[in-house]
Amino acid sequence: MSEYRNLLDAACPGAVVDEWEGAGGELTIEVDRDRIVEVARFLKGEPCAFRLLSDLTCVDVIGGDGRGNRFRLAYQLFSLETGDRLRLRVWADAEAPEVASVTPVWRTADWHEREVWDMFGVRFSGHPDLSRILMPFDWEGHPLRRDYPIGGEDVQFSDAV
Amino acid sequence: MGTELGAGLTPVGEAREVLEAARREGRELAETERVVAQVEAGTAVEALRRTREMEERNAEGVPGAREPMIINLGPQHPSTHGVLRLITELDGEVVRDIHPVIGYLHTGIEKQCENKTFWQTITLVPRMDYLSPFFNLHAYNMSVEKLLGLEAPSRAHWLRVMLSELNRITSHLVWLGTSGLELGAITVFFYTYRERDRALDLFEMISGERMNHRYFQVGGCSDDMPEGFEAMVRRFVQEMPGRIDEYEGLLSANPIWIERTRGVGVLPADDLIDLGVTGPALRAAGVDLDLRKAAPYSGYEHFDFNVPLGTRGDAYDRYSVRLREMRESVRIVEQCLDGMPEGPHIADDRKVVLPPREELATSMEALIHHFKLVTEGFRVPPGEAYSAVESPRGEIGCYVVADGGPKPVRVHMRDPSFVNLQALRPMAKNAYLADLIVMIGSLDNVMGGVDR
Repeated sequence: MSEYRNLLDAACPGAVVDEWEGAGGELTIEVDRDRIVEVARFLKGEPCAFRLLSDLTCVDVIGGDGRGNRFRLAYQLFSLETGDRLRLRVWADAEAPEVASVTPVWRTADWHEREVWDMFGVRFSGHPDLSRILMPFDWEGHPLRRDYPIGGEDVQFSDAV
Repeated sequence: MGTELGAGLTPVGEAREVLEAARREGRELAETERVVAQVEAGTAVEALRRTREMEERNAEGVPGAREPMIINLGPQHPSTHGVLRLITELDGEVVRDIHPVIGYLHTGIEKQCENKTFWQTITLVPRMDYLSPFFNLHAYNMSVEKLLGLEAPSRAHWLRVMLSELNRITSHLVWLGTSGLELGAITVFFYTYRERDRALDLFEMISGERMNHRYFQVGGCSDDMPEGFEAMVRRFVQEMPGRIDEYEGLLSANPIWIERTRGVGVLPADDLIDLGVTGPALRAAGVDLDLRKAAPYSGYEHFDFNVPLGTRGDAYDRYSVRLREMRESVRIVEQCLDGMPEGPHIADDRKVVLPPREELATSMEALIHHFKLVTEGFRVPPGEAYSAVESPRGEIGCYVVADGGPKPVRVHMRDPSFVNLQALRPMAKNAYLADLIVMIGSLDNVMGGVDR
C-alpha cells in the first residue's frame, strides 16, 4: 500500500475503494463518489500538500463498471514540494451523473468541471457557475459521450447565406 | 424569466438561446448564461431605461448608486489573441468584473482523436496550441510510450529537447512581438518575426513543415538531422543572444513599456497556484515550478540551465522571465548540439515503429509491418497515462486512455492557456480597462489551446 493510501485511510476511513500503480508507475486511487470533497481537502493540506490540481477530466466507459456507473472522472494532482503526482478516480452514475464539485478546494476546477458538464453531461453539485463552456449555450447533447455520433450534427449558419 | 431580463422586450439571439436551454433542462440560469443574456437583451430601450433609473437615483443622492456599464469586448478584437470574448462591467474606466466567454475556436479535436488510430492522432494534437506544436506532440507521445512500455533511444530524447527549446524561443518571440504591437511598440514585432522565421526554417528543414509538424513519433523522431542542419542551428544560437539584447534595448528601459507593465496584473502566488496557473506567469511571482526541474523528463536532468524567477509577479516580471528563458533555451540547444549522442533516432520495435523506407523494396517482412501499421495501426494495452511537459505557457499535460485497440478511448489535453485564462477575472477586478489588454497579453493565451 502506498504512503498516500495509508494517510487517507487514517484521515478519511472507508473513502478509498481501491488503489494501483498503472503504466509508467503512475499511482491511481479510486475514491467513493460521496467522499471526493473530503478526500480532496485532506490531500491539499499537510502532510500531502497536493496544492496544484493539474487536470480534471472524464472518460465515458462503454459498459461502465458493472455497478450502474458509466462516467469515470480523473483528477490529476501535483505536489510542488515533492514533485509527486497522484490520480484520483471517481465513478459517476450512468443515468443522472452527479458528483460534488471540488471548486471550494481548488478554484482551478471551475472551468474543468464546466468542460466536463459541457462535453459529458456530468453535473457538479455546488459548482458556482455550471454552464456550457466550449459549445453554444443552447447545444443539445454532450459531444464527447461515446454514443454521440461524429458528423451527426446540423451544419450551423447554413441559413445565413 | 424572460420579462426579468429583457424588461418586457422579447429576448433575442443568445438571450433566447440560454433561456430555452435552461427551460429544457428545467433549471435556473447559471452566472455566465445570465451575463451573456443581459448583454444580448441590452437593447437601446433597455439601455435608456437603465440610464434613467441611474439618473433618478443619483438625483436622490444615493451615494455610490452608479450602475456598471456592460460592454462586450470581442470575440473579434485585435488585442485578444484570437477569438476571446470578455463581457466587462465598467464603472467609468475601471473594470469591476469580467466574464470570459470562450469556445469560438472549438474544433472538437478530442472527439476526432477517438476516431483515429494512435499514430494518426499525432497529426491532430499539434493543432491545439498552434504556437507550441512540439510540446503537444511531446506530451502525447510520452503518454502513448508509457502505455506501451516503450523507451525512446537517447538520441531521440536529445532531438526532442533541442526542438522543444527552439520552439520555446519561437513561441516567446510571437508573444513578445504581439505584446509590443498591443502597446504601440510596433518595431519589436519586425525584430522578433525576423528571428522567428529563421527558426521556422530550421523546423522545415528537419520535419518538412513550418508549423504543425508531426516530427515526434511514438518511439522517437521521424527522421534524423539532415545534412547541414547542425551548422544552421549553430549559426542561429550564436546570433540569438545578440538579438535578445536588441529586444531588451528596445523595451527593458523604455519608459512607456515600464509604465504600462509595472504593477499590472498582480495576484498573490498562493492564489495563482490555487487557480492552476503554471509557467512564466507563475514563475514571475517567485514560485520555482518548472517541470523540467521539478519532474525531469526526456533527460532534462543532464542539461545545465537556470529557471528565471520574478519577484513582483506583474506584467513586467513576466516579460523579463520570458526573455531570460529564451537565453536559457539557447544554452540548452547549444548543449544538445555539443553532446548529441550517437545512435538511432527512433526505437527499433517493428510492431510500433514504421520500418525504414529503404527496407520496403527488399524485405517482405518490412512490407508486411508497414502495411499493418498504416492500415490498422498498433494496439496499445489497456490503461491510462498522464504525461506533462513544460511548455512556453506552463504545464501541457496529455491524458490518454486505451482499451487494447488501435484507437484511443480518450485523448485529453490539459492546456495551460485554458487554465491560466481563469486567472484573468480575479486579476482584472478593479483595474483599468487599458491594463486589461496588458494582462491578456502577459498571460500569453493561445486561443487554439483554450478552445481545442
